[in-house]
Amino acid sequence: MMKNVVEVRDLVVVRGSREVLPGISLDVPAGVTGLLGPSGCGKTTLLRCLVGAQRVRSGTVRVLGEPAGSAPLRTRVGYVTQAASVYDDLTVAENLRFFARVLGVDPASVDEAIGSVDLAGHRDQLVSRLSGGQRSRVSLAVALLGKPDLLVLDEPTVGLDPVLRRDLWQLFHGIADAGAAVLVSSHVMDEAERCHRLLLMREGRIIADGPPEEVRERTGAADIEGAFLHLVESA
Amino acid sequence: MSARITLAVAGRVLTQVRRDHRTLAMLLVVPCVLISLLWWMFEDVPGDLFDRFGPALLAMFPFIVMFLVTSVTTLRERSSGTLERLLTMPMGRLDFLLGYALAFGLLAAVQAALAVGVSVGLLGLEVAGPVWLLGVVAVVDAVLGTALGLLVSAFATTEFQAVQFMPAFVLPQILLCGLFVPRTSMPDVLAAISNVLPLSYAVDAMQELVARADQGEVWRDVLVVAVFALAALGLGAATLRRRTP
Repeated sequence: MMKNVVEVRDLVVVRGSREVLPGISLDVPAGVTGLLGPSGCGKTTLLRCLVGAQRVRSGTVRVLGEPAGSAPLRTRVGYVTQAASVYDDLTVAENLRFFARVLGVDPASVDEAIGSVDLAGHRDQLVSRLSGGQRSRVSLAVALLGKPDLLVLDEPTVGLDPVLRRDLWQLFHGIADAGAAVLVSSHVMDEAERCHRLLLMREGRIIADGPPEEVRERTGAADIEGAFLHLVESA
Repeated sequence: MSARITLAVAGRVLTQVRRDHRTLAMLLVVPCVLISLLWWMFEDVPGDLFDRFGPALLAMFPFIVMFLVTSVTTLRERSSGTLERLLTMPMGRLDFLLGYALAFGLLAAVQAALAVGVSVGLLGLEVAGPVWLLGVVAVVDAVLGTALGLLVSAFATTEFQAVQFMPAFVLPQILLCGLFVPRTSMPDVLAAISNVLPLSYAVDAMQELVARADQGEVWRDVLVVAVFALAALGLGAATLRRRTP
């Protein structure tokens, strides 16, 4: 069994007066892991902890054997926020070139990243002229620069058409096959079957953890949505 | 800190400005138009009022314009998530700040060259000291504007609020900088306040250069403005946090 890429222990995060994560523990192994749960359950907060963007109250978060957010991880973890975090007034290639310089990666990886999100035909277009789905793919391409060992993706497939969604999941699996760990959050339960492993989350807690078929069998449900409901009602 | 990243930020900011033709035109043309308007306004008035007000205006343009441009651009970085993304990368806080200061400093140099060129070449502003030193003062003013803009953007949550910081932070400095009433003739309290506002020194430097050309005085004022700018950059760096609540 491979060592876990992410290890979270007793993590407590308080935002304002609300305890968003009341002491969560989980592991993320290599492969594609889906973090599934309804909106507002704390998925984004958890992902922000993994990249070191979230102030935490207590607990430990280790990524690739280092404390989350520490300097050695900043070129090894790719992070895609829910909103496309790219510059609207630059072209696709200019955005990628800028982030590549910040990361200190080979400029040749720019075209590779653009190609892998299927935007080669738009490389010299301004991001503000692109559709919502295309913009989020630019943001994804930035995260692919420098071939990170862990890719943290916050709802990357929301609002995309089915063909594109399928292509992106293929891309995630391709990245995982090349040896990286991919953590994808989603509130759409039907994306569960595409993951090697699932973390079902509700109200800041993990309510199920394992391969999709195992989670289904354990609850006797026909699909993950059913399993989720079963887990919530029997809790 | 890394020169590669600082230059990457500066280059990117300049590309963004270059893309925005309207902003670029306003940055470069408006100061020239305003200084000409000032000259025209005083044309039939006896005395050398243009020589008194012109230098002050040259000190204010870079400060005001860069304050506005920077506060809005950095606010946009904060709200679009690009700042958060950059801070998860190997980006130092100083890289970010200095990149911005470098880009807007360069822009200010071009702006100052044009405005000074129009003032001295076309409008007959008589400068006792070296003309290039006007440019130096303008660039330091611009860096001050950039630094303060970066700082206040941390306290604004919308672009509306960011723009409102301009009357709050900048107008009092314009009133108290000694342009309307010499600082020595102000009530003691106001004179004391004026002494701790950076724009007073920026305007002093410009006026000194035009009128007497005591270069030691000018450099002393430039140094004071530079120290204010560094302090604002330092405070601005404190508002850029990798971890946010």
